[in-house]
Amino acid sequence: MSKESMGEMADNVQATVSERSVAPSESSSTAALAAEALPTVVILAGKGGVGKTTVTAVMARGALDAGLKVLVVDVEGSSVWPRLLPDVDESALRIVHLQAQDLLEEYLESRRMGRIARRLRNSGVLEVVGTAAPGIEDVVILGKLKQLERSGQWDLILVDAPAAGHAITMLTSAGGIAAAVSAGPLRTQADEVLEFLADPLRCMVMLVTLAEATPVNEVIETAFALEDRVGIRLGPVLVNRVDHVEQGLLEADLSAVLRAVPVDRRKEMDGLLAAAEFRRGRALQQQRHINRLASELPLAQFLFAQAPTAEMRAGEIADLAGPMSEWLAASFLLRGPHLDSDSGGASDGRQK
Amino acid sequence: MTTSQQPSTRVILCTGAGGVGKTTTAAAIARRAARLGMRAVVVTIDPARRLADVLGISLFDIRSHGTAPVQVPLEAPGELWAMMLDAAAMFDDVVREQAADLQQAERILSNSFYRSIAGSLGGTQEYMASEVLHRLHGDPRWDLVVVDTPPSRASLRFLEAPDVLSRFLEHRAFRAMMLAGGSGGRLLSAASQPLLKLIGSVVGGAALADAVAFFQSFGGMEAGFRVRSQQVREILTAESTAFVVVTTAQSDSVSEAMWFKDQLIERGHAPRAIVVNRVHPQWGAVTGLNVVEADVGLGLVLRNQRWLEQISASEATQISRLVNELDANEMRDAHDSEPITVIRVPLMVGEVESAEGLDAIGALVLDGLNATGA
Repeated sequence: MSKESMGEMADNVQATVSERSVAPSESSSTAALAAEALPTVVILAGKGGVGKTTVTAVMARGALDAGLKVLVVDVEGSSVWPRLLPDVDESALRIVHLQAQDLLEEYLESRRMGRIARRLRNSGVLEVVGTAAPGIEDVVILGKLKQLERSGQWDLILVDAPAAGHAITMLTSAGGIAAAVSAGPLRTQADEVLEFLADPLRCMVMLVTLAEATPVNEVIETAFALEDRVGIRLGPVLVNRVDHVEQGLLEADLSAVLRAVPVDRRKEMDGLLAAAEFRRGRALQQQRHINRLASELPLAQFLFAQAPTAEMRAGEIADLAGPMSEWLAASFLLRGPHLDSDSGGASDGRQK
Repeated sequence: MTTSQQPSTRVILCTGAGGVGKTTTAAAIARRAARLGMRAVVVTIDPARRLADVLGISLFDIRSHGTAPVQVPLEAPGELWAMMLDAAAMFDDVVREQAADLQQAERILSNSFYRSIAGSLGGTQEYMASEVLHRLHGDPRWDLVVVDTPPSRASLRFLEAPDVLSRFLEHRAFRAMMLAGGSGGRLLSAASQPLLKLIGSVVGGAALADAVAFFQSFGGMEAGFRVRSQQVREILTAESTAFVVVTTAQSDSVSEAMWFKDQLIERGHAPRAIVVNRVHPQWGAVTGLNVVEADVGLGLVLRNQRWLEQISASEATQISRLVNELDANEMRDAHDSEPITVIRVPLMVGEVESAEGLDAIGALVLDGLNATGA
């Protein structure tokens, strides 16, 4: 797909999520992001360090609040889930860690190749198989996602994809195998995965990034690589940790602020004013990157405000989830009825 | 040469999780070293364009040199060189170097299995990074080699990389493949072996045949790889090699850094410093101004201050987790380990990629490193 066709899918609407500790200002109440038909599987992809897991947790929280039944698929086995999403009802939100080795075994069992599966495990040959057919592990994971989607058990399946360039490798793996392997169970699996990835009603990728130079460059590159090489649908870009400063502070005349302070205390104001300048500088710099992202990548943006903490917990996650929850609820309603009939548990799950 | 750099440090490895600023830190260190009069080369194995971005050189320049560094223009008494690892090209080089003759090299290089794994096989990137380190370390053109390693879990593979290829070649399934056809390389007999049959039934016969041919063509090269792996291990454990763990003050990143530091120690590498990137700067606290808070502007400025204090306090909690653990370790192993310094690099307004940004970071980190081992 070209830049132009991507433009058609996007409105460039920004939804800003504000955190509790800062009074909401004019700019945080921008128009809500336009809803779009929500596929069952949403793959969150982004480079390391952008907070992909946090954003996945915010989406899961938002989906739960919208009354959806959510499955979170963790490919790398993160240990932070209990801190981000504590005490959740297992029937409404489940978090699973998918491991390629187990899945390959399961897949072969299902194809009546259980004997091979056991031998693969016992002889430690999986590594060798993986070498002879690079991408096999990725295809097996994607195959499992496809199967989970088909089961109709979940309204939304969020995938916390592996970091870095691995997301592209993972999503192109099926194409690679289809090109290299002419027949056999692996080929069948690859073909089905390709069909699944190309279906915009079944899955999409949401890219996660930060409002900084390198992450923005990289997310633009990744988006075009995915469009060109996988042809997968791209949802809104999730911009994490946006230093969201009150509009008043951006516009404040700092010398007037200084004059409002008694003369004998003005010397102490140096730190305060420097802090204000610092934060304004950061906010403007981030805004430039957000604008650049909008002009170079015609996808809608979801902005998540930086919470004043170095350790995200359930409270911050819930604070950020509000607008996401509204967007998910509205987007879920746009999901075609043909999909609803396919996914049996959907209507029950939406009862709040 | 006027330099405060310890004459003994020849290699600095920047390790850590993804996205914490390893590439920037590595580039800043090399730049600082050049400013101090050293001839420094920085290598990244990140296939993305970060290093080119950071150093302000074109991607074309850094790529077109394939397996050799390019000099970065810099007004300094020393020299700054940069290199972006092209794992596939480096693998080709290694094959040519290690092969018994031209024919063997050509057989491997033209094999389609080799072509598909050369750049992508798990561990190849890391193995080739260790190969680059070996070459640059042995080259008298440079006083200091700075390596930007892959994200931490992968950089453990980098540390183990010297052994990976030899282990790979000794794997029982690979041995089966290498021996499969006997001297003639007859693939029919290969496919008749149960293990190979098993693999073939999953990946398909054609892929298997290529793989078998590939491993057969490697015959006789194992010894060369073993020698090389020993040499790289010596560099990685040498006194003149300094490991730096890079992190941010985010809790997950701090946990990862602590875990990774332990992994390094366990493998016999002494980390010299932990660099905490992007720490919110501290501002002098002001109290008792609330009387005039009715002023709108002052209210905004005070709220801003409180927000920054809140995030600084939270970051300080995370950093002290790190510092406390290092202190505890030090008390315990006082006699046999050098202390690990924690170097805080402030979050900056303006791009870190700017010359001023890099100089500021380089001064903090390299000078901080030098202060430790002196």
